[in-house]
Amino acid sequence: MIAKQHRLSVVLISPALLVLVVFIGAPVIQSVSLSLHRIVISLPQLQTPFVGLGNYQELFHDAVARHSFWVTIVFVSTTTFFELILGLLLALLIHRHFPGRGSLRACVLIPWAIPTVVSAQMWRFLFNDAYGMINYAIFGNGVTHYVPWLAEPGLALCAVILADIWKTSSFAALLILAGLQIIPEELYQAARVDGAGLWRRFWHITWPLIRPALLVALLFRTIDAFRVFDLAFVMTQGGPADATNVLQLYGYKKMFIEGWMGYGSAISVSVFVMILVLAIVYVRMVGRRLLEKSL
Amino acid sequence: MNVRPLKKLGFGMAVLGAAAFSLIPFLLFVSSAFKTQTEVTAIPPQIWPSFSPAFFRSAIVRYDIFKYLVNSVIVAGTTTVVTVFLGALAGYGLARLPRRWSHLTLMVILACAMFPQIAIVGPIWRFLRHLGWLNTYQGLILPYVALTLPLAIWILALFFGQMPEEIESAALVDGCTRLQALVRVIVPISAPGLFTAAILTFIYAWNEFFLALLIVTDPVRQTMPVGIALFQGEHTVPWGEIAAASLITTAPLVIMVLLFQRRIVSGLSAGAIKG
Repeated sequence: MIAKQHRLSVVLISPALLVLVVFIGAPVIQSVSLSLHRIVISLPQLQTPFVGLGNYQELFHDAVARHSFWVTIVFVSTTTFFELILGLLLALLIHRHFPGRGSLRACVLIPWAIPTVVSAQMWRFLFNDAYGMINYAIFGNGVTHYVPWLAEPGLALCAVILADIWKTSSFAALLILAGLQIIPEELYQAARVDGAGLWRRFWHITWPLIRPALLVALLFRTIDAFRVFDLAFVMTQGGPADATNVLQLYGYKKMFIEGWMGYGSAISVSVFVMILVLAIVYVRMVGRRLLEKSL
Repeated sequence: MNVRPLKKLGFGMAVLGAAAFSLIPFLLFVSSAFKTQTEVTAIPPQIWPSFSPAFFRSAIVRYDIFKYLVNSVIVAGTTTVVTVFLGALAGYGLARLPRRWSHLTLMVILACAMFPQIAIVGPIWRFLRHLGWLNTYQGLILPYVALTLPLAIWILALFFGQMPEEIESAALVDGCTRLQALVRVIVPISAPGLFTAAILTFIYAWNEFFLALLIVTDPVRQTMPVGIALFQGEHTVPWGEIAAASLITTAPLVIMVLLFQRRIVSGLSAGAIKG
């Protein structure tokens, strides 16, 4: 009877697993194999010779790739840092009971819900050098001071970073909110009875108890920021002067614009390996915490 | 001086600040859809639109955005149905397996959701080209199902896991087969979980851009995000039409967020993986 029951479970799980294996598991493995070959999409007559680690060697000496790597690191660290701080503040705000909390939560969710492509066009418009609202907000009618934000390397990267912070702080807030919701209200009441002020209640109750949730948010945001593509593609196409040429965009260009499938795969496998380490830590943390609670 | 009103004022300011931060950039952008061409490119910018319908007409007539919209509805809708169906089967199966196995499987599935898309697109593109499925709906829907399944399975496995097994046993005693018990008893009770999974899957598929850009290069089959990203004017960027298309694409999502805010919050924080 029990064995039969499990057989049904396995049958029910298998279609989903099949889709995951075909469209995620197998492609990852195949990417590794592609990265060991020289494959040029536009020149099929060259065949696909095996080149061992040749693509990786080339990648290591590729100045653009190294630049992309550092751009990605700057992007990941700054966005994650600010998203966690803003996310924490937003989470503290939407955790409080007050009339209109539901509406505020809905407002805060809107940047998360809109397509990244739309928010990218939005920021491209707001950062426009002539008729953009950002210039107007800073310099008013002083048109001569207007700054071409997306045309200067340093500023363009800042603009893309700002766009990402706007878009995903609310997601960080939700992850942190989940941590706030499991803190028992009695702790705060007891602290209040003992005369602890707002600041002390935060440092001695909230902070230690939400650190696990913050860590989950930190890992998740880091992993996700490594995958940035849409914002850079729409806002700057990776420019100016490769200032916003993040790794996933560079890999895309090599693979699909220039048609170097093998070399592009070497880039994608490198990104994958960087993320894998973080993902393993993340999966172990989230997995243990959630499953202990509910399954 | 009294402290309480001051505190209240500070709190009210923070609430307003958060709402403004979330909404104002978006409102400033989509208001362009209601402007005229001279208002959009006015220097310094003009904030209030004159509510001209010209850009909507142009977006519909000249850029044919309904074509993109239909493609988006087909792709996101089918993805949602398939993902929720497969996710419900898998989630139920996992919830009824011994812990050791279900935990391991769920962890592996979560890891799948963390992979960067760039690491899978090359082979997926080659595979679809081999099948002749580039520029087809199924060529986009199948990868989307794979990318949305992890979150759906997690939400539903946790949901079914919390459901007491006695409900099923009772159905079995009453003479149902296990499959009948699933369809007639479990599914109706689990409507909230299915619904949460459906909303998050739909939002993901509706918004996805990277794969859509690679797999569908034929404008006839492109989805809304690709249309919005690749909008080209003759000489200048057609901001008004882009804003109109953006508003049309975003409107269903905003309505969903307003109506189902609670489900989205609980679904995302319970799954703690990307929607």
